[in-house]
Amino acid sequence: MTPINQGPVSTRPATGEGDAADLRSVILETRDVTVTYGTHEALHPTSLAFAAGEVTSLIGPSGCGKSTYLRSINLMNREIEGCKVGGQVIYRGQDVNAPGVDLFELRKHIGMVFQQPNPFHKSIYENVAFAPRRHGITKKSDLDQLVEESLRAAAIWDEVKDKLSESGFALSGGQQQRLCIARTLAMHPDIVLMDEPCSALDPISTFAVEETIRSMASRGICTIIVTHNMEQAARVSDRCAFFLLGEMVETGVTAEMFANPSDQRLDDYLTGRFG
Amino acid sequence: MASSSASARARRQDHIATGVLTAIVAVICVALVAIVVYIVGSGAGKLFDVSFLTGKPQQFKAGGGIGPELFNSFYLLVLTLLLSLPLSLGAAIYLAEYAHEGPVTTAAKTIIETLSSLPSIVVGLFGMLFFVLQLGWGFSIMSGALALTMFNLPILTRVIQQALEAVPRDQRDAGLALGLTRWETTIHILIPSAMPAIVTGVILSAGRVFGEAAALIYTAGQSAPMLDFTNFDLSSASCPWNVWRPAETLAVHIWKINSEGVVPDLAAVSSGTAAVLMVCILAFNIIARIVGRRLERRLTAE
Amino acid sequence: MAKGEEKALRPKRAIERRGLAITGACVLLVAVLVLTLIFMVASRGLATFTTDGTPFASFMTGTTWNPHQNDANGIPLVGALPMIAGSFSVTLLSCLIALPFALGSAIFVVEVNPTFGTRVFQPLTELLVGIPSVVFGLVGLRIIVPWTRSWAGGTGYGILSGSIVLAFMILPTVTSLSIDAIRAVPQSYRDGSYGLGCTRWQTIAHVVLPSASSGILTAVILGMTRAFGEALAVQMVVGNAAQIPTSLTTPAATLTSVITTSMGNEAMGTVYNDVLWSLALVLLIMSLVFILIIHIIGRKGAPRG
Repeated sequence: MTPINQGPVSTRPATGEGDAADLRSVILETRDVTVTYGTHEALHPTSLAFAAGEVTSLIGPSGCGKSTYLRSINLMNREIEGCKVGGQVIYRGQDVNAPGVDLFELRKHIGMVFQQPNPFHKSIYENVAFAPRRHGITKKSDLDQLVEESLRAAAIWDEVKDKLSESGFALSGGQQQRLCIARTLAMHPDIVLMDEPCSALDPISTFAVEETIRSMASRGICTIIVTHNMEQAARVSDRCAFFLLGEMVETGVTAEMFANPSDQRLDDYLTGRFG
Repeated sequence: MASSSASARARRQDHIATGVLTAIVAVICVALVAIVVYIVGSGAGKLFDVSFLTGKPQQFKAGGGIGPELFNSFYLLVLTLLLSLPLSLGAAIYLAEYAHEGPVTTAAKTIIETLSSLPSIVVGLFGMLFFVLQLGWGFSIMSGALALTMFNLPILTRVIQQALEAVPRDQRDAGLALGLTRWETTIHILIPSAMPAIVTGVILSAGRVFGEAAALIYTAGQSAPMLDFTNFDLSSASCPWNVWRPAETLAVHIWKINSEGVVPDLAAVSSGTAAVLMVCILAFNIIARIVGRRLERRLTAE
Repeated sequence: MAKGEEKALRPKRAIERRGLAITGACVLLVAVLVLTLIFMVASRGLATFTTDGTPFASFMTGTTWNPHQNDANGIPLVGALPMIAGSFSVTLLSCLIALPFALGSAIFVVEVNPTFGTRVFQPLTELLVGIPSVVFGLVGLRIIVPWTRSWAGGTGYGILSGSIVLAFMILPTVTSLSIDAIRAVPQSYRDGSYGLGCTRWQTIAHVVLPSASSGILTAVILGMTRAFGEALAVQMVVGNAAQIPTSLTTPAATLTSVITTSMGNEAMGTVYNDVLWSLALVLLIMSLVFILIIHIIGRKGAPRG
């Protein structure tokens, strides 16, 4: 069996959204993904494709199914009692819900950053090094290098390099969130899912996180970010998908979508008529 | 002005109710403190009497001590914790982290709840049937420790399960999203976070095990052979570490001498024993609080 | 399969399976122990009726307890009614005594002075839980029994003394569960009542307590479970006379007191011993019944909570 992160990447299917010129490699695709809690369908069939090195924003009012959709990609919905996912999530050509797919291996390659910063009750160093060590990297020098590299990538190295042994909880909220990003980057993921990563942060920390997201994209990581904030979506994302009441209404290149929404509901949302 | 007189009456009632409630709480607090002071006070003379604390118990004459009982109580406690801690930790992890809603989980929860509500005398009687007679272990420390384990299991499982469930969800999510197993997430992330509550709960449960008697009178027995601390022959009845010897504890000693009533200095010996028992329980309570608070502080602000 | 440069590592799925197996085995072991307990106590307890041929009715309703002797028909005198009546009497009376104190202090702790509740009162009740039952029995012997004797005459041993001792012992259980029940009432209920100009007492009596009633009932039943099964403290003060209680201040017996005093003296396999196990079985069944009641209350109370 091929390791899951070595699977093929395909080219983006022409969606007729004006991105025919953009034929970058598609690393993740969802086909008619639905999510139901009990009998309630929280997410109606949703098909989207994501490319390496691109940032995609999922926007829409709260409760519209964005986070639910995000959690179905790295199979975190499986951890919720009574939650069922339908359709296909295809990562590098393989359906992640197929039997035989290693859930733990998959989550190494598809990282996740949560809404509230949630560092572990461990030192800053251990926050980053803990998971790689559990995944088999045991040499101290390798770990040291990985920790530094990850903290640098999350733009927090300079702030914490002198206090790596202090608790992750001693940091400010914005620093904690960047520590959580570093923790995720230490796994060398292909894809990073971010569930409103800045909603608990002040503007300066938000700016630092957005910088990090752009630099992640430049290193080829596919980032999918759920956000409430239209300016943020415009600043960080290449592409965008608009969700409303559990339905994916419209998707396309962010700048074009914002300038020229084709669906009336997106137009209403962008002009502040609801949400 | 009917309405204003009604509201005046309501206010008066409110004052009276508050007064009554305050009085009730005051009565309880005073009664509790009085009980503790009475127990410790009436046996205070024996508390620092070395010959009482280390001496040999007497059946028919005055001046007996509680040396073997004191040792037996702690030895049984340690063995009980060694047996019940891993078992209840496993059960609690299963219930808090692995169990899905369904008939199996419901059955498991009901069974543990049943065990927790069984009278300790019934647990002791079962211990006599199963460990003492069926397995042929006789009245022994081993039988007693296993009976106490059954008594302690539901308490500990509940404490640990609640401590695990009190850890915020996002800690679990963080571990799982990094590709770690539930097992690794629980052992390396959740348990360290829940440690203050777990340690406090374990020490408090230790206090209850220490004072338990009904589960022991027909399992660990009601006799206390004098112990010889230089004897390391594990098959000898006077070897303190021999788990196959009968072992009366402090709590059982109080019950036995009072129900037999033949010791001439019954009042003094039972007061002294009760005071020793009470001081140990108080110590467990205070230690639980101090250790819990210290761990909590280390966890949150390192 | 590519191993990569990572060291040979136990596969994650194996770790997960092992974790599930270990923890599942713990639960299974506990379950097996409990079922064995129920089975063994039940099979011993039924011997009275199966091997000794005592009719079930004469055990449950007979009023003469003298298992060493037979009645005119050759049936052993194993009437357990005195003990059953004794157990229910001490249980109900102790709850009656403890309830006002438990409820009053629970209301105080949640509604009147929460800081005092968490700082002082709850640690104190936790200490009360920790006081061994023999120590309660001893305090009962030294203080409660003489006090009862001083005004009621007789020996002072009896149901009243037993109930007072038990009331102390179940107080922390009933109190802390009542606190939980009252705390679980949503703050919005209280705000609504205060918003209508009600006083604190009116709010408590008409809004908080009715909403918390099923939780409080559960607390009381759990207190009863503990009282019904308590052995040594009761045995020390109840007097241990196996007769139908006619007065609260004359010696009586409970299921637990007869078991603790006699079990050690009667040889296995005798009628006397068998019938002691039948008493233990009654004790076991009653605690299962109490759990069942709690579940029924929980199911009824759930939709409202």
